[in-house]
Amino acid sequence: MSAREKILGAVRAALRDVDPSTVPARPAARRTPPPDREKLVRRFLERVADYQATVLRCAAADLAAEIARALPPTGVVVPAGLEWSVPGSRDGDQVTDRELDQVSAVLTTATVAIAETGTLVLDHGPGQGRRALTLVPDRHVCVVRADQIVADVPDAIARLDPARPTTWISGPSATSDIELNRVEGVHGPRHLTVIVADR
Amino acid sequence: MSRTFVGMPAFPEAAHRALGNQQLRANLGHATSTIREKRAKVVAEVPDWEDLRRAGAAIKDDALLHLDEHLVRLEEQLTSRGVVVHWARDAAEACALVAGVARDHQVEEVVKVKSMATGEIGLNEALEREGIAAWETDLAELIVQLGDDLPSHILVPAIHRNRTEIRDIFATAMGAAGRPAPADLTDDPARLAEAARLHLREKFLRARMAVTGANFAVADSGTLVVVESEGNGRMCLTLPEVLVAVVGIEKVVPTWRDLDVLLRLLPRSATGERMNPYTSTWTGIAPGDGPQEMHVVLLDNGRTRALADEVGRQALRCIRCSACLNVCPVYERTGGHAYGSVYPGPIGAILNPLLRGVGVDDQVDSLPYASSLCGACYEVCPVRIDIPEVLVELRAQVVDAHRGRRHGASERLGMRTAARVLRSGRRLAAVEWLGGRLPMPRRLGPLTAWTRERDLPRPARRSFRRWWRREGGAR
Repeated sequence: MSAREKILGAVRAALRDVDPSTVPARPAARRTPPPDREKLVRRFLERVADYQATVLRCAAADLAAEIARALPPTGVVVPAGLEWSVPGSRDGDQVTDRELDQVSAVLTTATVAIAETGTLVLDHGPGQGRRALTLVPDRHVCVVRADQIVADVPDAIARLDPARPTTWISGPSATSDIELNRVEGVHGPRHLTVIVADR
Repeated sequence: MSRTFVGMPAFPEAAHRALGNQQLRANLGHATSTIREKRAKVVAEVPDWEDLRRAGAAIKDDALLHLDEHLVRLEEQLTSRGVVVHWARDAAEACALVAGVARDHQVEEVVKVKSMATGEIGLNEALEREGIAAWETDLAELIVQLGDDLPSHILVPAIHRNRTEIRDIFATAMGAAGRPAPADLTDDPARLAEAARLHLREKFLRARMAVTGANFAVADSGTLVVVESEGNGRMCLTLPEVLVAVVGIEKVVPTWRDLDVLLRLLPRSATGERMNPYTSTWTGIAPGDGPQEMHVVLLDNGRTRALADEVGRQALRCIRCSACLNVCPVYERTGGHAYGSVYPGPIGAILNPLLRGVGVDDQVDSLPYASSLCGACYEVCPVRIDIPEVLVELRAQVVDAHRGRRHGASERLGMRTAARVLRSGRRLAAVEWLGGRLPMPRRLGPLTAWTRERDLPRPARRSFRRWWRREGGAR
């Protein structure tokens, strides 16, 4: 008998006392009315700033200028499918993972953002690029549309497609491993800039 | 360059030694009080925290009570996404499977995401015997590995080290493992984190194979989830060509939607943050992004034994947050090494005996007694594991397993005598009368083992029942 059959057999034997129709009762999720958009945006910005990230907010018309200000003048990569062009930037698809180590910054969008926890979620589709792109460079500038901000984790889970790889980012890379205090700046990007664009 | 817990003394002896280490007690007291405050603050922000805990417990129970169905579903989903699924009954099988993948790709080193399951099975030592270097990339695991030390906490295995000790370990040991620490390294935590960044960067960029665990494995989608802080996990999950995940069978959750509860419970309970810096989810192979060969090893190693224990199976709900360690008055004073396992603290005191069985190893059998049963662990547990209930059940199992052995004889005699006395009002009155008058000896013959660590209260000179009679309370 294979290890698989033995383990599944042991699981079934272990659960002999359990009525197979047992469904553990879950408390109903509390449904609070969604706060208005402005409150969500403000909460999101405040929570991201708590993580020592840089936060900016601008009107759609000013976005290109804000992006230019947030990025260094050279050494920028961008993913395919980005709706803004960055003069002098390189196409992320043409840069190897090892070369990304020599890159200064990457500019992407996000799929959804969570106000309660100050989290960006990327699903690495167009405008976001493969996962290494937002990992190896030391600076990540991420543009979020105000209407992408949701209240809490359940709203984000509901919007995401589990078939896609997702990366949840809450502030710059950090660790709590030295005396359990949070210190920013370990392996991921040490600098995170989040720009919220109003429509 | 790795040690194991093999040959650790039983808890009372190990704890006694640890209590004599002033530096350890100072480091632990500082770290656990910091994290307790942070957790309390972010938990208080969530208005429906108790409902969330109940939902977390129900999700994990649902997974465990139908574990066979969920495992089969998980396997189907993983396979359909190009992942090779292996099953391992014990540590030796799991280690052999991982080593086999490494040999197939002729790698001499692997980079590792922090993983409790691979610590439990001794994977690093097994790979080392095959001539394969396993590099820990989590900061705390790196500190433990470079310091030739043992882990002492689930979330922060180097919690027993302060910044000065960490600086010394980095300065001394980094050079032998790769890029040396900067010559002017100080004990500033930001500088220490930077030293780890520089040391590991070349390993991330060079490694062809990574080994990870998983915080959750979603049955209905085949998604694995890794929750982390530093980005070392993302590096390992993204840059190498081959990825092997060693996943305990109890990590299964039924559906993707279940993550909405668990991803709210875990960060607040673990590091006391609203959200940890990075969480990665992936569902098999993503063409053109990340490793293009993936293996999952589904690990039993005692989990089906624990599942068969009707009281103890709730321990398999554990999501490894460490909140129970941080509030435990015993853990805070003895530290994690005294528990002799990668799973220390209150959860370790039940998980180790459940995974390994009682009546076989005295060290394991001593763990259910490593508690004052104060219940703080149960109150903070995000999935409501009633640790005191399981501790008491396991104590009964340990006593049963030792029945008839010599060193239980005096305890049995004491219990039998107590039963005779307590069964009769007359006998109890006589003993109370006597106890109120006899001088209290410091050593009570066969009871010395009990009184050495506990104060024996002096009986009242007049028993309650005599007082009651005299006051006419019976009328």
